[in-house]
Amino acid sequence: MAKVLLEMRNITKTFPGVKALDNVNFQVEEGEIHALVGENGAGKSTLMNVLSGIYPHGTYEGDIIYDGEVCQFHNIKDSEKLGIVIIHQELALVPEMTIGENMYLGNERGHKFAIDWNTTYAEADKYLKMVGLSESSKVQVKTIGTGKQQLVEIAKALAKQARLLILDEPTSSLNEEDSRALLDLMLEFKKQGMTMIIISHKLNEVAYVADKITVVRDGATIETIDNRGTEAVSEERIIKGMVGREMTNRFPKREGVTIGDIQMEIDHWTVHHPLYPERKVVDDVSMYVRKGEVVGIYGLMGAGRTELAMSIFGQSYGTNFSGELKIDGKQIHMKKSESDAIRHKIAYVTEDRKGNGLVLSQSIKVNTSLAHLDAISKHTVIDGDKEYAVAEEYRDKLRIKTPSVEQLVGNLSGGNQQKVLLAKWMFAEPDIMLLDEPTRGIDVGAKYEIYCIINDLAAAGKSVVMISSELPEVLGMSDRIYIMNEGKMVGEMKAEDATQENIMALILQSGRGA
Amino acid sequence: MENKTVNESNIRQPDPASLLKKNAMLIVLVLVYIFFTIMTKGQMFKPNSFNSLINQNAYVFILGCGMLMCMLTGGNIDLSCGAVVCLFGALGATMMVYWGWGTAVSLIALLAIGIVYGCFLGFLIAYVRVPPWIATLAGYLAFRGLGTAILSVSPTNSISVSDKKDFMSIFSGTLFKTPSDQINMPCLAVGIIAAALVVLLVFKNRATRLKKGYEVDHIYMDVAKSVLGAAVILLVMYKLAMAGGIPTILIWVAAIVLFYSFITSKTTIGRHFYVVGGNIEAARLSGVNTRRIMFIAYLNMAVLTSIAAMTTLARYTTANADAGKNFEMDAISACVVGGVSASGGAGSVLGMVIGATLIGVINLGMNQITLDANFQRVVKGFVLLAAVVFDILSKKKQK
Repeated sequence: MAKVLLEMRNITKTFPGVKALDNVNFQVEEGEIHALVGENGAGKSTLMNVLSGIYPHGTYEGDIIYDGEVCQFHNIKDSEKLGIVIIHQELALVPEMTIGENMYLGNERGHKFAIDWNTTYAEADKYLKMVGLSESSKVQVKTIGTGKQQLVEIAKALAKQARLLILDEPTSSLNEEDSRALLDLMLEFKKQGMTMIIISHKLNEVAYVADKITVVRDGATIETIDNRGTEAVSEERIIKGMVGREMTNRFPKREGVTIGDIQMEIDHWTVHHPLYPERKVVDDVSMYVRKGEVVGIYGLMGAGRTELAMSIFGQSYGTNFSGELKIDGKQIHMKKSESDAIRHKIAYVTEDRKGNGLVLSQSIKVNTSLAHLDAISKHTVIDGDKEYAVAEEYRDKLRIKTPSVEQLVGNLSGGNQQKVLLAKWMFAEPDIMLLDEPTRGIDVGAKYEIYCIINDLAAAGKSVVMISSELPEVLGMSDRIYIMNEGKMVGEMKAEDATQENIMALILQSGRGA
Repeated sequence: MENKTVNESNIRQPDPASLLKKNAMLIVLVLVYIFFTIMTKGQMFKPNSFNSLINQNAYVFILGCGMLMCMLTGGNIDLSCGAVVCLFGALGATMMVYWGWGTAVSLIALLAIGIVYGCFLGFLIAYVRVPPWIATLAGYLAFRGLGTAILSVSPTNSISVSDKKDFMSIFSGTLFKTPSDQINMPCLAVGIIAAALVVLLVFKNRATRLKKGYEVDHIYMDVAKSVLGAAVILLVMYKLAMAGGIPTILIWVAAIVLFYSFITSKTTIGRHFYVVGGNIEAARLSGVNTRRIMFIAYLNMAVLTSIAAMTTLARYTTANADAGKNFEMDAISACVVGGVSASGGAGSVLGMVIGATLIGVINLGMNQITLDANFQRVVKGFVLLAAVVFDILSKKKQK
């Protein structure tokens, strides 16, 4: 047995309304590459944020034992002092600065009031060589590609004398070739005695590089799989750990719903990235949804699901659109306008209720009426009484727990906020509802209530498209399931044919084919 | 948690702490007024002080309404309005005095130029996406220069409009003027009617809400609100009646303040201003045309600036290079002191009016106790800072 470098013991972390980590135990031995896998929101990143001190000591329960000592980190600086360095999924480099400046940002060489630039650049060059970059450290970061930027991040971590390197989805923005190079670099570091934790969705990469694989699910560590045998562990084995959970009665039955004609259909729908117009975010997607039907769209983060939904909703995301949109069999030429989409009776219920769904500084009442102010106003003058009545009606209907509809939305729990968001869009009286992660970050009880609302919508003849990265939810709620990966529709299944394993397998196959 | 409620009775119980916080600036205003009244041995409470308060601060109320709308959209400000007041004053005076245009034609021309400027500014900010403070900084730098250049046609670098009686009577002077030893009856009558209206409105609103089973404030709250509102109106109008009657400018200010009060609280467009400032992405995804709102904010500001330019010209009777100096800062201060959020999405016309009055009272009080002009600035600076710190701290406690 090698020495245990890190042990996280009984870690519990709660956010308002949600238990993100529940009694997690996690061990890393010196000199190994340890992979953390799990679905979105399973708690992997939260666990690493606890470790690196982003969530300071005292905001969680449990102990961190590093190199034989109990540690209490109050910020990232504390953990970095001991050589625990985290590289986040989103690159944290300043594009306008040089590589060298970036590498020693917050860790400057020389005196407090006199940065020693000669040492900075000399040392930077040394570390760049270690990660296999031939660029000079005096080059601006924005001039090199994302693959090389990722390597700069690693060089930056090395410059901090890292003993335990944590890589959060290091290959998510890299192409096949750069990814492989990065993984090989990790294996090289391992030979030199570095300990690493890698978080990744790409199971083939995990199987290739990791010595041990720990599966995280619903805020708990499920199992640790040893991958040091002669044969690499199969992806199916990992998937089983990731998704295998009990599914009794988590989803209410939908009864008495008749599925009608096709309500909305898109054909060869292609959307390009708003900032990098050469990149296709949604690539030649065709799909349809019938009246009274709940269609699930499953895919991993970055599969293009949100972008697809937003582009249908008045082209509120993307650029260079092509393809056809039909509503009730008629082709629609929609303008780039959200209000036009609402007029065509489409609603997009965002995944990010705080970011772009609700106005937190305003009341439940104001938020409820926002997308359909015309209905409660005459000649643009708002009928305050009517608005109040509408808000009360939806508060009852959706069982929003609040003393008053004058309550500020920012004071509500996540589940109740989500209900207000749904109320807003139900009041807009759409025929087609695009629900993006409708149960993200809310607790199990509130989830059940949201599912009931979805069933009621379907029963009322609405067409519901439900985007989710929780497989059980997609399986439990949908009549039909589309599977998306890397901007493409890679499969369509009837609910009765779909299983967690065959959906995951579809995604992995398509990922490898690309 | 601002409103603790008992659902069964539908009556909102008054919560002393939140009441105090909500009306803090009003309380400060009263205290400051009492302070200066004592310091000036009652001079501050004399009819003429009321008259001066309104005449000296009319522009703050007018520009404050426009600045409020800009700030609501996300803490955006207009730095150019003071310089525009100078330029438009110069233009208006030139039209009337040098070119011999009639009053009506001149005013319409000024308003038209204001609209053109507003469209241009709104286009730059909403569609070209120039940050508002930069777009308006350009105007701040340019327009006073332009105004001064126009004024250089006159050997004194200023143009007097005091003999343009039509123009003067629209924006300055007193309605139904009476000598100062008499009570002005029309003024008092207006005061009584306005006070009665306030009481009537409060209780009519309460009655409809009760009838429909909606939440209402405790009866004491509504009584206090109406008595206080009526008392303030009666006091001000009584003092004005003692000072010779209703200043013409008060009609303008009242009309504008009431209009914007209505727009911000009762209309869909007003609502859009709040949600754009509260969360611009959520507003966009709810079908609000966010760019149009930004455009309207600055167009509206330019229109109000034109009106402020006319009233300023009338008050000083001459157009000169110093007209409108620091007006933009006064309007911003009024909003900030009045609780308008510096990051947008929150604030009210009533709050701005209280803020503007507070600053006006401090200015007048400092003048009356003949405080050195330099120290007056120091005091004003600290008042502004204190208001913002208070705002931030009280918001922190809410969380």
